[in-house]
Amino acid sequence: MRGISHPTSGAVGEFFSKRLSMTMKLAVYFLTTGLTLLTLPCGSFTEVPSKPSGTVTVLPPVHPAGGPQAFPNAEKSDLPVFAMNYSRIQVPFEITLWVLLASFAKIGFHIYHKVTFWVPESCLLISIGLMVGAIMHAVHEEPPSVLSYNIFFLYILPPMVLDSGYFMPTRPFFENIGTVLWFAVVGTLWNSIGVGMSLYGVCQIGALEVQDINLQENLLFASIISAVDPVAVLNVFEDVSVNEQLYIVVFGESLFSDAVTVVLYNMFTFVAEMPVVETVDVFLGVAKFFVVGLGGLAFGLVFGFVASFTTRFTSNVREIEPLFIFMYSYLAYLVAELFNISSIMAIVTCALTMKYYVEENVTQRSCTTIRHVVKMLSSISETLIFFFLGVVTITTEHEWNWGYILFTLLFAFLWRGLGILVLTQIINPFRTIPFNFKDQFMLGYSGLRGAVTFALVFTLPDHIVRKKLFVTATICIILFTVFIQGISIRPLVEFINVRRTNRNLDTINVEVHSRLMEHAIAGIEDICGQWGHYYWKDKFMKFNNQILRKILIKDNQAESSIVALYKKLELQNAMEILDTVSEGTSTAPSVISLRKEKGPGKPKRKFVAADLRKMHDILSKNMYKIRQQTTEYTTKHSLPNDSHTKEILIRRHGTIRRSLRLRSFQSPTLSGGGYPSAPRSRIGQPSRSSSRVSLPLRRLDTLTEVSSSAGVDLVDERSGGRGRAGGRGKSRLNSSSSDSRVPAPPCHFDSSEVFHGNRDSMPEQEEPLSLSVTWAEEPSDHDDSSTQNPLLRRPRWNPVKPKNP
Amino acid sequence: MSSRTNRWRKTVSLEQINNLNKRFRQLSSNKETLSREDLASIPDLDNNPIRLQIINAFFDKRNLSQSEVGIVQEIGFEEFLMVLTHFQPAAMDITEDNREKLRRTKLRFLFNMHDTDGNGIITLEEYRQAVEELLSKAGTIAPETVKAIADAAMLDVASTTRGKMEPDEFYEGITFEHFLQILKTLDIETTMHVRFLNLDTANMRCGK
Repeated sequence: MRGISHPTSGAVGEFFSKRLSMTMKLAVYFLTTGLTLLTLPCGSFTEVPSKPSGTVTVLPPVHPAGGPQAFPNAEKSDLPVFAMNYSRIQVPFEITLWVLLASFAKIGFHIYHKVTFWVPESCLLISIGLMVGAIMHAVHEEPPSVLSYNIFFLYILPPMVLDSGYFMPTRPFFENIGTVLWFAVVGTLWNSIGVGMSLYGVCQIGALEVQDINLQENLLFASIISAVDPVAVLNVFEDVSVNEQLYIVVFGESLFSDAVTVVLYNMFTFVAEMPVVETVDVFLGVAKFFVVGLGGLAFGLVFGFVASFTTRFTSNVREIEPLFIFMYSYLAYLVAELFNISSIMAIVTCALTMKYYVEENVTQRSCTTIRHVVKMLSSISETLIFFFLGVVTITTEHEWNWGYILFTLLFAFLWRGLGILVLTQIINPFRTIPFNFKDQFMLGYSGLRGAVTFALVFTLPDHIVRKKLFVTATICIILFTVFIQGISIRPLVEFINVRRTNRNLDTINVEVHSRLMEHAIAGIEDICGQWGHYYWKDKFMKFNNQILRKILIKDNQAESSIVALYKKLELQNAMEILDTVSEGTSTAPSVISLRKEKGPGKPKRKFVAADLRKMHDILSKNMYKIRQQTTEYTTKHSLPNDSHTKEILIRRHGTIRRSLRLRSFQSPTLSGGGYPSAPRSRIGQPSRSSSRVSLPLRRLDTLTEVSSSAGVDLVDERSGGRGRAGGRGKSRLNSSSSDSRVPAPPCHFDSSEVFHGNRDSMPEQEEPLSLSVTWAEEPSDHDDSSTQNPLLRRPRWNPVKPKNP
Repeated sequence: MSSRTNRWRKTVSLEQINNLNKRFRQLSSNKETLSREDLASIPDLDNNPIRLQIINAFFDKRNLSQSEVGIVQEIGFEEFLMVLTHFQPAAMDITEDNREKLRRTKLRFLFNMHDTDGNGIITLEEYRQAVEELLSKAGTIAPETVKAIADAAMLDVASTTRGKMEPDEFYEGITFEHFLQILKTLDIETTMHVRFLNLDTANMRCGK
C-alpha cells in the first residue's frame, strides 16, 4: 500500500481495511457487471454515436386551414421530470466501466502479494476478462464491438509504445543497439517467413481441410503471431536483476518486433488481396521496408528535436509543459501514419530523443506528471486489450481446427528457438559480452505473445476467409504463452541461474575508474586508428555538448557524471544526518512519520521547532533544484520505485553555507549535553549509533542546505515501499510551503542505469565521519568561503568561534 | 616476447597484427621506433582528458615488463603490442584462473596510470591529479570540488580496506591490493577491451 498511513492504524485497522476492500471489490464487481449487462440490450455501438433520442417530440408545424399562424401547433407533451437516455452516453460509459473494473481488479490482486509475485498481471487481466465473458455468454449477450482497426491503431497502440520508448534505458540500449535490432528485425522476419512457409506446407495436407489458405494469408498470419510482448518476463527479469544485456535485448526486441510486425502486416494485407505475387513485388516489399523504417526514424528525430526546442521556452507555462510532450509524440505518430511509414519507430525515436533534453528543461513536477501520465495511458490501453481478449475468447464463434492450431503452436516455438540459436551464433563474435546458452534459452523463452498480436488478428479485414480460424489460433497461442510461460518464467530464471548484473552501490571510486577506463579505451582506439564503440560515443558526446545542448537546453550547465555522483552522495549523507537528528520530531500536523518512535533508550535528539523554522526561512530564500532523472523500468503496471533514485543535480550557493553556519552556531545545541566535550574520542568509537548522535552541529550545514523548502520537489512516491527497512526514520520536515518534502532516508542511490541499490555500503558512508581525523594536514581546506566537504568534516567543535559571513 | 603477448597472439589474427603494424609505421613516420611526440600528434586524442596518461602508459616500463620501473623514451613494435595486450578481450571459454589473471593485468594498467612516481602506492596527490585530469574537459569545475571528490574517494578506499582506524593513524595511499578490492564490482575483464578489426582502417582516415 502507499506510504501514507494513518498514524493510528494498527493491526486491527489493517484487518478491517482488507476485509472491507475485499467486500467492496466484490460488490463493485457485481455492480459493474450488472451495469455492463444492462447496457448490452441497448444495442451495439457504432463508431458514430447515435443521435440523442429525447422523449420530447416536436411535430412539424401543422398549418390549420385558416390563415398563417405565428407559432406551429405542436403537440403538447409533458415536461419530462425523469428521463433516461442511455444510447447517448453508451460508448464512453462502457469504456469507463471496463477500465474501472479492471483497475479494481488490479487493486484486488495486490492485496495478496503472493498472487502478483507468481502470476503476471496480464494473466490476471485475461482471467477477469474470461470471467466477465463467461457471464456474458451465460446471458447470451454480445460484447460491444469497440475494437476496430482505426481505434486500435490510433488510440490504443500509441500509449503502449510511448511507454516502452520513454522508459527505455538509453545507455544499455545504445551499447547493444546492433544486437537489439538484429534480433528484432531479422528475428521477426525469420519467424514470420519460417512459420508462414511451414504452415503453408501443412496446409497442403488434405486431411486438415485448410487448403484454401493461400501463401499470402499464411504469411500474414505468421507475421501477426511473431510480435512478441514479454512484459511479464521483463518484470521477472527486473526483480531478479538478470544481466543487463539480456534485459535490454528482450526489451528492445519487443518494441521493435512490434514495429516490424505492423509493417509486415500492412504489407501482407495488401499482398493478400493481390491475385498474383511477382518478383518485382518482393523487391518492392524489401525497399518499402527500409523506407518505412528509416523514415520513421527520421520523423521521430525531427519531432523529438522540435519538442526539446519548444520546452526550452516553456518556463512560463509550466502547467501545460507535459502537454507538449504528448502532443509532439502523438503528432509524430500520426504524421508517420499519414505517410504510411512506421509510426512505432517514429514515436519511439521521438520519445528517446525528447527524454534526455526535455527532462533537463522542464520542472520536476512536469517530469513527474509526464511519467505518471505515460504510465497511466499505457496501462489503460493494455488493460483494455487484455480484458477484451478474455471476453472475446468466450463469446466469439470459434473455428477450431486441431491440426492447424497445434501446428501453429509447434512451429511458433520451433522457429523461435531455431532463430535465436542461429542469430546468436552469427552475432556473438561481434559482441563484447557474448551470449552463453543460458542467455539464449532465456531469450527464446521470453517470446510471449500479447496485446499487439491479438489486436492485429482481431482487426483483420473480413475478406480473409478463414479469419475466425486465425483468431482462434492466435488466442490459443497467446493464452498458452502468457499463462504457461509467464508463470513458469520465474522459477526457471532462478533454476537456471542466469548471469546477473552487479547491482552494487556505485561508489566514487568505481565511477571514477569506469570513466577512466572508458577514456583509456577511447584513447587506445584513437591510437590504433580503430573506429570502435567508444570512438563513436566520444564523438557523439562531443557533438552533444558543443552543439545540441546549447540549442536545446536552456540554462546549459554540463556536468560530469562524476561530479554529479559525488554531489548526490553528499546529499544522501546529509539527508541521512538530517534524518537521524530529526527522528521523533513532529513539528506540524501534516508531518508524516511511518516509523514508530524508538524507545527511551535512544539518546536525546531534541530538535527545537524554532530551529527548523529558522532553517526553512533561510533555505526558502535560496534557490535549489534537485532533480531526479527518469528511472528506466519496464513494467506497465507500476511506476518507478523511487528507492532506485538516480542522479540528483544540485546547485548550490556558497553564501548559504556561510549564513547558515552563523546561525547554526547560535542555536541551541543539537544533541544536548556532553556533546561539545571531547568529540574526538567520541568519533573514534565503533558503534554506529554513537557516531550518529555525536554529530557536530556544523554538519547541519550541509543537510539544511540541501533540504530546502521552496523549489525542491523531492517527490517520493514510494517512500513507504520496500527497502526502507528499519533503522532509518521516516520523519519529514515540514514547512509552510506545500511542495517541500524531504524524502525519507535515501536508501538506494546509484548512478544512471543501474537497477538496484545496495544498502550495505551505507555504513561505509558513515565511517568517513570518523576517519576524517586522519587527514591531519589539510589546512587549505579550512577556509570559510569554500564548500566544506561533509565527508571530511572534522569534529573540531568550537562553539565560541564566530564565523564572519 | 612475453607469454602474455603469446597468449594474445592466439586470439588475434595475422591480419589484425598486420594492420597494427601498418598503423605503427604510419604513426612513427616509418621509423623503427615510436616516440612520445609521434603519439602526441594524433589529432583525435586532443579531446581525451587523460591523453597524457595514456601516452605515458606506452612508455612506462611497468607496462612493458613485470619487474622494471621507469620510463623509456622510445618503443618498438613489440612493446607497442605489449601495451595493447592489456586490452585484449576475454575469450568465451576462459577459465576462472585466467579470468582472474586477466583482471589483474588490466587493473594493473589502470593502477600504473595513477601511480606516476612508481612507488607502488597511489597517494592522495596522485589521485587528485587523476581526478582533475578526468574532469578537466567536463566544463568548469571548482578546484575545491575536485579535491573534495578525490578526498572522498580515498576515504572510501580507506574505510573499505582498513576498516576502523585510530584517530592518529595515517592512510598512506592505495596499494595494488586495495585497488583490486575496491574495484571488484567493476566487470573489467569484459568491458575493458578494444576489438581489433580486420579492416584496415588506418588508411581510411585523413591524417594520423
